[in-house]
Amino acid sequence: MSEQNTSATKPLSEFIPEVPEHNGFHKVVLELGVANHPGVMSHICGLFARRAFNVEGILCMPVGTGSTSRIWLLVFEDQRLEKMIKQVEKLEDVLYVNKHAGEHPVFGRLDEFFQ
Amino acid sequence: MMQMTGAELIVKLLERQDIRTIAGVPGGAALPMYDALSKSEQIHHVLCRHEQGAGFIAQGMARVSGRPEVCLASSGPGATNLVTAIADAKLDSIPMIALTGQVPLSMIGTDAFQEVDTYGLTIPITKHNFLVRSAKDLLDVVPAAFRIAMSDRPGPVLIDVPKDVQNQMVSFEEYPDVVVPDAAPSFDIAAVEEAAKLIEAAERPVLYLGGGVIHSGAAHMAVTLAEQASLPTTMTLMALGAMPMDHPLSLGMLGMHGARYTNYVLEEADLLICVGARFDDRAIGKTAEFCPNARIIHIDIDRSELHKVKDAHVAIAGDVGQVLSELLPRVKPQLRKRWLSHVESLKGRFPLAMPGVDNPRSPYGLIHAVANCLDDSAIITSDVGQHQMWVAQAYPFRRSRQWLNSGGLGTMGFGFPAAIGAALAAPDRTVVCFSGDGSLKMNIQEMATAAQEDVNVKIVLFNNQSLGLVHQQQSMFYGKRIMASRYERPTDFLKIAEGFGMRAVDLDPAPNPRATLAEALTTPGPCLIHATIDPNEFVYPMVPPGAANSEMIG
Ligand SMILES: Cc1ncc(C[n+]2csc(CCOP(=O)(O)OP(=O)(O)O)c2C)c(N)n1
Ligand SMILES: [Mg+2]
Repeated sequence: MSEQNTSATKPLSEFIPEVPEHNGFHKVVLELGVANHPGVMSHICGLFARRAFNVEGILCMPVGTGSTSRIWLLVFEDQRLEKMIKQVEKLEDVLYVNKHAGEHPVFGRLDEFFQ
Repeated sequence: MMQMTGAELIVKLLERQDIRTIAGVPGGAALPMYDALSKSEQIHHVLCRHEQGAGFIAQGMARVSGRPEVCLASSGPGATNLVTAIADAKLDSIPMIALTGQVPLSMIGTDAFQEVDTYGLTIPITKHNFLVRSAKDLLDVVPAAFRIAMSDRPGPVLIDVPKDVQNQMVSFEEYPDVVVPDAAPSFDIAAVEEAAKLIEAAERPVLYLGGGVIHSGAAHMAVTLAEQASLPTTMTLMALGAMPMDHPLSLGMLGMHGARYTNYVLEEADLLICVGARFDDRAIGKTAEFCPNARIIHIDIDRSELHKVKDAHVAIAGDVGQVLSELLPRVKPQLRKRWLSHVESLKGRFPLAMPGVDNPRSPYGLIHAVANCLDDSAIITSDVGQHQMWVAQAYPFRRSRQWLNSGGLGTMGFGFPAAIGAALAAPDRTVVCFSGDGSLKMNIQEMATAAQEDVNVKIVLFNNQSLGLVHQQQSMFYGKRIMASRYERPTDFLKIAEGFGMRAVDLDPAPNPRATLAEALTTPGPCLIHATIDPNEFVYPMVPPGAANSEMIG
């Protein structure tokens, strides 16, 4: 428990390497509710990849009965992000997109698996 | 309780969506679907000579009917041959269902014979796609595919069906409901009021219509808006016909090959009202210099188009027809005498030059000669190249869905199979495909399909023995170094047409080409009308790629 607390409070920059071209951009955490079936990840990652929009971190797990999943994406907020989010929202399998500040703890707690 | 195979269920579900014609090519992994089709009394299957032809025939039907139409192919090469037509439908927002056979589920991922990852291949070129894993899922997938294809911004949907799923027995109590489009998103009336205020306050407004106006069936409302508020109106390639070309407020097409005055009027605009268009680079030229002094109202059903290329001052995400019907009663009638007379004087000084318009052996003259033989009920398609731009500039389009064109993808080979599809969807109309010698060769095999179906399609072939638009660009922008854009050997298109069982007429030796043309256009059935065009004829004006629209050449 105490371990979790410390990792959650560590600044994310310790876990995510600074990419020079992204200097000056904030990190943002996106939370996506999606239909849970094979292929959803391809649809979403393809949108980012095609635009050379790097996704720094990805987490995905089923929720509830398993008919939907939640995907957490860690990205840098550059000027294209709002447009990207609109494209993601358009995907048939995406139910909602929430944008959180980069300090959102979901990635920070994974610290121990990336030592 | 009903019991049938997955393939039979697919056919039943298509029938319930009132599908009457399917274009396709069979193959091993699609054979159960073909077997089920053999028992359908409602569905006529058009056997194409190439799957790309099938895709464009389905598109031609959909562009005329405005509802999803279906193409069918086998796995592997069948599916990859469909890819171009699917991508084309995506970029032009055409509702289409592509059905593909796939290797059996247990063999997926083994590099089985004729296996390709059709699902993966088509993710970025479909609005949505499905790989069906059990026959029971078809009860949801097929209606969902139709709903997605026709709701909001339309687009192509692919359903990949493994052969064992086609053969699997499925039992169920009831068929799913026939699907209709989802209700369009609701929009903010305050934004509509804001738009009305901007229109009222503007001194030099321009209305800019795109293909969304056609998809939404809103052309009449757009014209009413223009008339009510005295808005000079320009159209994208996709919107031609939304306002009749001869309407006093029409500025014709904008952009790379728009008339000089059209681009000049846009440059002076203080308000741009963009309806169902998406600021495509061929239409707007260099983004920063497009309508530099204008505020922008942008209306589109696709929220992601708003602020995508140009920031809008008022952005409304909604069906353009619904938004216009709220906007119309809020817009005050105005005469705008000064602005309209200024537009008129620009038109007088910088009109679209149409050299040779009286000579049916020249590009503009041939287009006018064809138009003179037809009325507004005719459907016009084109391929991609100089001939396409000449037709877009000069043909007197006067109604929605009169003009079918590959706008976004610009696919050579679109015109002829799309014309066959149009004729299948509207058998009582004359369908004319303006084509180029390069483009026609890309789907020339469908001449056999046209002859088989005896469709009323006339190809008007502009034969300049070259990839004319490429030749033009090399001449203008690459120091006249002509590379791979001239065909060294002539092709005897008349023989080819006849070889496929299609009538062929040559205007070149005809003493009276107008009479020959009229006879060919008014005789029912498919016909190739051949005309030699000077390869040194260029399309003017032309905005160099990447330049501002004000930097037109010619
Ligand atoms: C499938 C495809 N390949 C290549 C191109 C690039 N391209 C655009 S226009 C053109 C030449 C078209 O030649 P043709 O059909 O003879 O028309 P013309 O310009 O001579 O009237 C080419 C090669 C394209 N648009 N589509
Ligand atoms: Mg040519």
